[in-house]
Amino acid sequence: MSAVAAPPTTALAELLRSMADDEFVIGFSDSEWTGIAPLLEEDVAMSSLAQDELGHAAALYGLLAELIGTDADADALAYDREPTDFRHCRLLDHGRGDWAMTIARRFLYDTADVVRLEALEGGSWPPLADLVAKLVREERYHRMHAGAWLDRLARSEGEARDRLLAALAELGPDAGTVFSPLPGEPALLEAGILAGPMAELEARWRGAIGPTFANLDLSMPPPVHDPARGRLDHGEPFRWLWGEFTSVRRSDAGATW
Amino acid sequence: MSESGVQIDVARIRAGAVGGRPAAATAASARPSLDEAAVRDALAEVMDPELPMLSVVDLGIVHRVDVAADGGPIRVEILPTFVGCPALELIKRSIAERLAAFGRPVEVEATFEIPWTSERISPAGRGALLAAGIAPPGPDSAGLAVGGLIDLEPRVPCPHCGSRRTTLENVFGPTQCRTIRYCADCRQPFEAIKPV
Repeated sequence: MSAVAAPPTTALAELLRSMADDEFVIGFSDSEWTGIAPLLEEDVAMSSLAQDELGHAAALYGLLAELIGTDADADALAYDREPTDFRHCRLLDHGRGDWAMTIARRFLYDTADVVRLEALEGGSWPPLADLVAKLVREERYHRMHAGAWLDRLARSEGEARDRLLAALAELGPDAGTVFSPLPGEPALLEAGILAGPMAELEARWRGAIGPTFANLDLSMPPPVHDPARGRLDHGEPFRWLWGEFTSVRRSDAGATW
Repeated sequence: MSESGVQIDVARIRAGAVGGRPAAATAASARPSLDEAAVRDALAEVMDPELPMLSVVDLGIVHRVDVAADGGPIRVEILPTFVGCPALELIKRSIAERLAAFGRPVEVEATFEIPWTSERISPAGRGALLAAGIAPPGPDSAGLAVGGLIDLEPRVPCPHCGSRRTTLENVFGPTQCRTIRYCADCRQPFEAIKPV
């Protein structure tokens, strides 16, 4: 194997942390539907989606742990950090909400995530490029699910569409935070790990979802206010979620199965 | 999370030729010769825990098998079917336990060096799935891989009656690798391997 140029570690670690935290937080939020989804089929679907996303997070945390080379493994990265150390995007900070909120969040996130993944596929750091090639194949099904439900809710009359509009009104201003600029972005671009700046990826994402929103007579998400803080300032809903997902770990630190 | 956590060996050493056969038995080795084929034969006896009618070989997850010359370790690299497959650690253990019979150190690692795809399931594996009432992934998966989203809708034959009048009930199923479909002719729900 030919020598691979050393990746820009700090910038790459920030990228991995942001992606892993995104997948972990949305996966854990989805898992809250297990047992209480509106249909049995959706109970199965949301549980399987959550399993996918938590698996993606575990793989990304695993890469991060190897990259930074500390004692922290994937579990420690997921469960032993303070809420302020998380770098998921603010789109995922609105609490589970109702079913329309869940579908709106999934659609906005999944369509953005694939644009990000496509910009990482074939990147110069093989461990991430290899993983991304696999993630892309799985995420396809997530978009299929979210897209089918967005269509169904948007074309309904009355309460279903009203709830979807309310969810999009709440989430829309934060939708673009998936593409919040990263501290080490220039280094990632220069190293060939990321194919384009986040601002460019956001424009690509808006272009991709535009026709769907137009067909369904939905308002496009507005630009993000203060994008530089799009992965900071996590509020009370995340503190609650953090309390949930760390509760077992905190109850008996160091326990193993 | 460690159950599903996949550690990637960043500094994977690929120097050794794959499938090198020891020229002669070493004094320390109980077996006169051990080669990649013998290891793969043994792996054909290790069944997948979620699809127990399939061996890891028929499932297509065995990537690289490397048998060191001189009685050294047996190294096996496997391709996870899904990134978050919760059975991965169990599969690694089952492989290590089976190969322990060769009396050498065994290393089993997961890698994403190439993606596992449902195309990798062997013809024998497809037959075993069908016999168990699970529709194997059809040729539709090629279309899906190209970028279609709803392409898996048509033409997945019912594993019970063979009818092609089947519909997708749920993209997601009881495990990450399965979807749920329904046959309009024999009126049975059935599971199908998710094309990836």
